[in-house]
Amino acid sequence: MSWKVWLPLFLFAGFLGLAAYQLTQPKDDFVESRMVGEALPYFDLPPATGGVEGAATTDFQDGTPKLLNIWASWCLPCIAEAPQLERLKEAGVPIVGIAIRDRPEDVAQFLARHGNPYSRIARDDLSEVQLAIGSSGVPETFVIDGRGYIRYQHIGDIREDDVATLLGELEAAR
Amino acid sequence: MMRFIFVALALLFAPPLAAQDTMPPAPFAYRQLDDPAQEAAAQELMETLRCLKCQSQSIADSDAPMAGDMRHQVRIRIAAGEAPEDVRAWLTSRYGDYVSYKPEVSAVTWPLFAIPGLLIILAGAVLFGRLRKRSA
Repeated sequence: MSWKVWLPLFLFAGFLGLAAYQLTQPKDDFVESRMVGEALPYFDLPPATGGVEGAATTDFQDGTPKLLNIWASWCLPCIAEAPQLERLKEAGVPIVGIAIRDRPEDVAQFLARHGNPYSRIARDDLSEVQLAIGSSGVPETFVIDGRGYIRYQHIGDIREDDVATLLGELEAAR
Repeated sequence: MMRFIFVALALLFAPPLAAQDTMPPAPFAYRQLDDPAQEAAAQELMETLRCLKCQSQSIADSDAPMAGDMRHQVRIRIAAGEAPEDVRAWLTSRYGDYVSYKPEVSAVTWPLFAIPGLLIILAGAVLFGRLRKRSA
């Protein structure tokens, strides 16, 4: 009997091994934006609540790199990242917030409870900006350079060790 | 016992912890376009676009608010006269091929299309060889 008889079995075993290996790998649910490196698409949105300013694309073209934070008062990880946004604000970083599908009174309550690190907060009731910049959830944070180009995307809430990375990306965007 | 049933029922209907927003859906999330031809084109496209929040569902199948906002985008763009493939291209330029369920032959995916053809040719060759041997 030739060794060739065993070939299909080996192929099958190899396939099984590959499938088993893939099953043990953690699933990556992050959908990265293809807009990194592109210009921030046009938008001009009203304020998300009383006492704050809305935001437009032109606000990102004044020469200073900024953070664009996609968030919402109904989003639990957004509470977790509030202290880190506060630290970034204290480091002198302008943070523009865009509140996704949010009510003014809920936004006000969130800011009263968790602090307001934002220089502007716009309201996006139809997720228009979120879709236009390729963001697939809340929270997400983008580094925008002084000419209004998207430089970096952070998916999920900002943890303590992400602060240095974001500061580095802001520095690089200068 | 009654109390237990009550608590169990209350738990059953408790709102999920990871609450979603309470905003009304986007105008065209559930409303069909007035023009039946445009609505049909939008519907066909929506069935081949992936919901980013609830992966493995199309945006036509999903009730996630973000899927509603994506349907709104699809419908207003189709209503404004954009071709369905242009709308798909607009989304893939943001989310990559990931957002589209439509099979595309590309530098990465061509083996998926080529291998079945090669296997059929191989099987045909083996079969032909054996049949000829038998008849000989």
